[in-house]
Amino acid sequence: MSKIIGMTGDEAIAYAAKQSKVDVVAAYPITPQTIMVEAFSEYVFNGEVDTEFVCVESEHSAMSACIGASLTGARVFTATSSQGLALMHEMLYIASGLRCPIVMGVANRALSAPINIHGDHSDMMGSRDCGWIQIYAENAQEAYDWVIQAFKIAEDHDVLLPATVNIDGFILSHSLEGVQVQEDEDISSFLSTRKPAITIDPDKPITVGALCLTDSYFEVKRQQVEALNNSFKVISEVNEEYKDLTHMGYTTVETYGMKDAEAAVICLGSTAGTAKAVAKKLRNEGKMVGVIKPWVYRPFPTKEILEAVGNLKALAVLDRACSFGAPYAALCSDVFSALYADGKALKVFNGVFGLGGRDITPFDIESVFNEALESAETGFVKEPVKFIGVRN
Amino acid sequence: MSDVGKLGWKSIPIGGILLEPGSALKYKTGDWRAFRPIVDEAKCVNCLICWIFCPDAAILRKEKFVAVNYDYCKGCGICANECPVKAITMEEERR
Repeated sequence: MSKIIGMTGDEAIAYAAKQSKVDVVAAYPITPQTIMVEAFSEYVFNGEVDTEFVCVESEHSAMSACIGASLTGARVFTATSSQGLALMHEMLYIASGLRCPIVMGVANRALSAPINIHGDHSDMMGSRDCGWIQIYAENAQEAYDWVIQAFKIAEDHDVLLPATVNIDGFILSHSLEGVQVQEDEDISSFLSTRKPAITIDPDKPITVGALCLTDSYFEVKRQQVEALNNSFKVISEVNEEYKDLTHMGYTTVETYGMKDAEAAVICLGSTAGTAKAVAKKLRNEGKMVGVIKPWVYRPFPTKEILEAVGNLKALAVLDRACSFGAPYAALCSDVFSALYADGKALKVFNGVFGLGGRDITPFDIESVFNEALESAETGFVKEPVKFIGVRN
Repeated sequence: MSDVGKLGWKSIPIGGILLEPGSALKYKTGDWRAFRPIVDEAKCVNCLICWIFCPDAAILRKEKFVAVNYDYCKGCGICANECPVKAITMEEERR
């Protein structure tokens, strides 16, 4: 039997980590992620979990401790945001390179300077090539469901890669929602104790982190690429199994109104919720619009996005981060690559929005839809990259 | 990374983790060498100064003169530099 509890996005992630029976948490507090580790430390203090909670002096140390713990075969969780994720940057590559299935909650926040604590995707997009599985949740419910699934995906021996579950800072991290949680026993049966592929054992010594020069580094990295490719199949299997247990249906990409849409918006995270509400209103007015929401951003679900695009005439790609100097922001670049390689010739434009937590309103999104509909009709893109909601 | 340096990407151990302890001996670092030390056995007085100085323990002791273990010699040239009787010369590798 499931029940509904009122929780913030951060608390929902902490609750999922608790039910996932993590062995080790090493974390350093940073707004807006702090509640995740704060809530988890209360579980530890109350004896509700049998977890080694390591207080460290920085995020760099947090991820280092997580890597060490993961290599012993432990199930490991941590959480961070913004500058913390940036400070972890070099260790992110080591976690994926050493194939440590750590799961990390990320409350997305803008990067300094100027300093800002509010939500945008600059932090995770800055580390998007770090070899981690990257999932974006639209609300606290999805964050809870994905954290539990992320452990099962990450720890699968065909994958063995770390995973982040991203929630928009403050918009999700600090907003209270009703979250349907499963019984502890059901989660325990869905997610059994981690079975490590390789462990650190004094009786059977191994070398971790050995020098791999020109003769072997490339092979190790090629294998890592394959692990991320393999994760598609595992994600799908885990989604199915989770659906059997909870009736919550997840895939790599969620679509809304895409069967007959002429113009659509593609975006990550909480913005997709607003986009769907606006699309519903416009569809009631007879405008054929839809929404594509990648739940999984890495590995990039090219096949599913192309399927969703179908015969669409225009697509607006909304990015909550800048790629300074790049022709388009991150999500848009990936979308363009996927579409071009497939020979799709629909009209595409990029909307950069919400930097530093600036709200994107239903009115803003309605304008984007209308502009996309105009492009669909005229076959012409007025502005290839627009900045939504910035003052002139 | 020992003999796994010959494996393809499908069979190389995950994460470059070495599952066999003490396997560094299998990693033949001799192919890093750009210059090869050549010992003139007639000039060598077997003083073993090169044997002491070699950072890779790649000098082999023989009865009357020294030899070089080319499997591990990286060609740094310290032996040639230290040799008091100039019995070791460095010659460019031709590969």
